[in-house]
Amino acid sequence: MTNTATNLQMFETGSSTNFLDAVLAKHGSEPSALIPILQDIQENDRYLSQEAMDQVAHALDLSAATVYGVATFYAQFSLEPKGKYVVKVCDGTACHVRGSLPVYEALRKRVGLANGTFTTTNGRYTVETVSCLGACVLAPVITINDQVYGHLTVDAVNMIIDTLEREGEHDD
Amino acid sequence: MGWLLVNGQSIALNGEKSLLDVVQNAGIDLPTLCYHPELTIHGACRLCMVEVKGRGVVAACHTPPESGMVVNTNTALLRRLRKMALELLLSSHDRECTSCSRSGNCTLQGLAHRFGIRDLRFSQDDTDRLPIDRSSILVRDPNKCILCGECVRICGEVQSIGVYDFAHRGAKMQVTTAFHQELADTNCVHCGQCAAICPTGALVIKPQIQEAWNALMDESKTVIIQVAPAVRVSIGEEFGAEPGQSTMGKLISALRSLGASKVFDTGFAADLTVLEETEEFLGRIQKGEKLPQFTSCCPAWVKYAEQFYPEFLPHLSTCRSPQQMMGSLVKRYYAKASGKRPEDLYMISIMPCTAKKFEAARDEFTTLGIPDVDLVLTTQELAQMIREAGIDYTSLPETPPDRPFGFVTGAGVIFGVTGGVSEAVLRLAHERLTDTELKNAAFTEVRGYSGMRSWELELDQGTLRLGVVHGLANAKAILDDLRAGKVYFDLVEVMACPGGCIGGGGQPITNVNGQVRQERGAGLYQDDVVTAVHKSQQNRDVLNIYADWLDKPGSPMAHEFLHTTYRKRGAQWKTSGRAIGKA
Ligand code: SF4
Ligand code: SF4
Ligand code: FES
Repeated sequence: MTNTATNLQMFETGSSTNFLDAVLAKHGSEPSALIPILQDIQENDRYLSQEAMDQVAHALDLSAATVYGVATFYAQFSLEPKGKYVVKVCDGTACHVRGSLPVYEALRKRVGLANGTFTTTNGRYTVETVSCLGACVLAPVITINDQVYGHLTVDAVNMIIDTLEREGEHDD
Repeated sequence: MGWLLVNGQSIALNGEKSLLDVVQNAGIDLPTLCYHPELTIHGACRLCMVEVKGRGVVAACHTPPESGMVVNTNTALLRRLRKMALELLLSSHDRECTSCSRSGNCTLQGLAHRFGIRDLRFSQDDTDRLPIDRSSILVRDPNKCILCGECVRICGEVQSIGVYDFAHRGAKMQVTTAFHQELADTNCVHCGQCAAICPTGALVIKPQIQEAWNALMDESKTVIIQVAPAVRVSIGEEFGAEPGQSTMGKLISALRSLGASKVFDTGFAADLTVLEETEEFLGRIQKGEKLPQFTSCCPAWVKYAEQFYPEFLPHLSTCRSPQQMMGSLVKRYYAKASGKRPEDLYMISIMPCTAKKFEAARDEFTTLGIPDVDLVLTTQELAQMIREAGIDYTSLPETPPDRPFGFVTGAGVIFGVTGGVSEAVLRLAHERLTDTELKNAAFTEVRGYSGMRSWELELDQGTLRLGVVHGLANAKAILDDLRAGKVYFDLVEVMACPGGCIGGGGQPITNVNGQVRQERGAGLYQDDVVTAVHKSQQNRDVLNIYADWLDKPGSPMAHEFLHTTYRKRGAQWKTSGRAIGKA
């Protein structure tokens, strides 16, 4: 990792400034704190914004390129804002043979994802595939924000989304 | 200590850090693509492989030598592996060699040639062509990058900036800037060290040769060229001379035959800088304010301070760099004296430096739309023009530069090497402070190549504390110490490039290492020895300029034409002034 001079320019990070300060205070400013800090930001903001990465670089005296390198190395970090509901469709071998792709396609259609995109334009859903969730006995299986749904069918996913949509009406 | 066997030959160990050093010292040139003696070890290219009995194949660059090792460097297995490693690198490398600006001095091309790679078993994968960045003074073509990481390390370790790093992973891994920003939007200070160290054409200087030809061919323009001190001891390398051999006379002849109507020596402006900077320094000492004074002739350093240490900006000397002083002299004084309008003069600088291109484009140095320096070419670019014009450099006659800005003292010449500016200033400050003439002008104490040097000069009037650093990581260290109150200096000289301007990012690419830089430095010191005058204050032509135009050092006139201001800046350098050679 590359140490860098402190860039004195301060970055505006909008509403998350206080949150970032708290995260930085919690983990300290050794370079080894980088990954835990990014994890906390990812969990809170559901992605790593450029502003957040710049500010972390500044706080840890690392170059922004180094922070960016770490953020793009690990699949757990997302550089794009994720939806309120992050749906992970397992496409490991067991799920694949038990029909994960029709489930995946049905999900994409139900939430209205355009070709080549993974997050809906209203910011409610992100749908992505993962290699194996380690729950093969439930195949085909998905998680929605860490809640597990097993033995899925196309009808079942439509029902799940309907339920989330009804809950959503209360939030709005 | 101890010994080991290299290809059956017994070699005594002498504290070498890696097996690579031992093997190289034994006279065997192992290929390397990711190793540089002045950087940390990366060990990624695997070209330096050797076989060690009992251990198999290891990368020599990161294997510590041990007594009793039995090492082979040329086995059937190694030859096969090395070739394969090269073939794999070439399979993902853009191979447009004929139109690459590194053709002829590319390390990768050289190795492909040396290992007789004639056909490639792996087809080229050009499904993912990445965009080429031409936003800045460098062109960055990631399609030619072999991921050796040398640019990552030189910018991070030597310059402490860290513009690049590895991003993404697996087959998608790239060396890139944060968020894939264009270089012009990063904290890059344009030192060019990354382009100087890159073994391929992935990072090169954006050529501005066509602009020079256009001006030279334009009948309505009078082209005036200035040449920086460090160029005279390096450009010969492009035409077979030894590093450090001064070829100033030939260089001037070459510039004349390219069509320059006048050739001036930037060293003349360096003499002028000494007078201004010393005046400023003595004023600060007297008032006891804004000390230490930092030198301001290195534009990469100036941008670094503006970005990272703005609280020190009042400490920078307000003197323009010699390049810009010369620009001002030519456009604001010489134009009038020679009966021309400033817009009819076209000023080209030949510099060892890429950051000078950025400096000339700063809007502080453009008056009413007319830049003081119209174009900056690096040593590399000038050599290219000389070749293109078919000039036989080695057989050129020696000619002197033109008056009135052609005479330079030894003090002006040594500006090109780390410690040189301090020494030149001392040659005047010492006389002024002690009110006695210096018999021996050489202050050898400030010379040398260690990255951070300090020296105390005891005078009856007090002690002068001097700091000299090169490489911005060393500048960072000294600034942090100053900020923490751990050190005290009166004068600090900073040059961004290792060795000073002689190691500039625009100098000929010759696998520049400490040895080559020191030979260039020795060439400048030798020029000082053979020059009749060693002190800037004895440059009569400089004194004439004051009598005729500027009044005296530090005068309001001198301030208007020879000094400048600095600004705090964020990551982005984009000035409202000219784009520097945007194609
Ligand atoms: S030019 Fe200098 S500062 Fe800019 S990226 Fe290259 S090494 Fe870093
Ligand atoms: S740009 Fe050049 S120096 Fe940097 S990693 Fe790529 S090949 Fe190496
Ligand atoms: S030089 Fe040793 S691995 Fe690249």
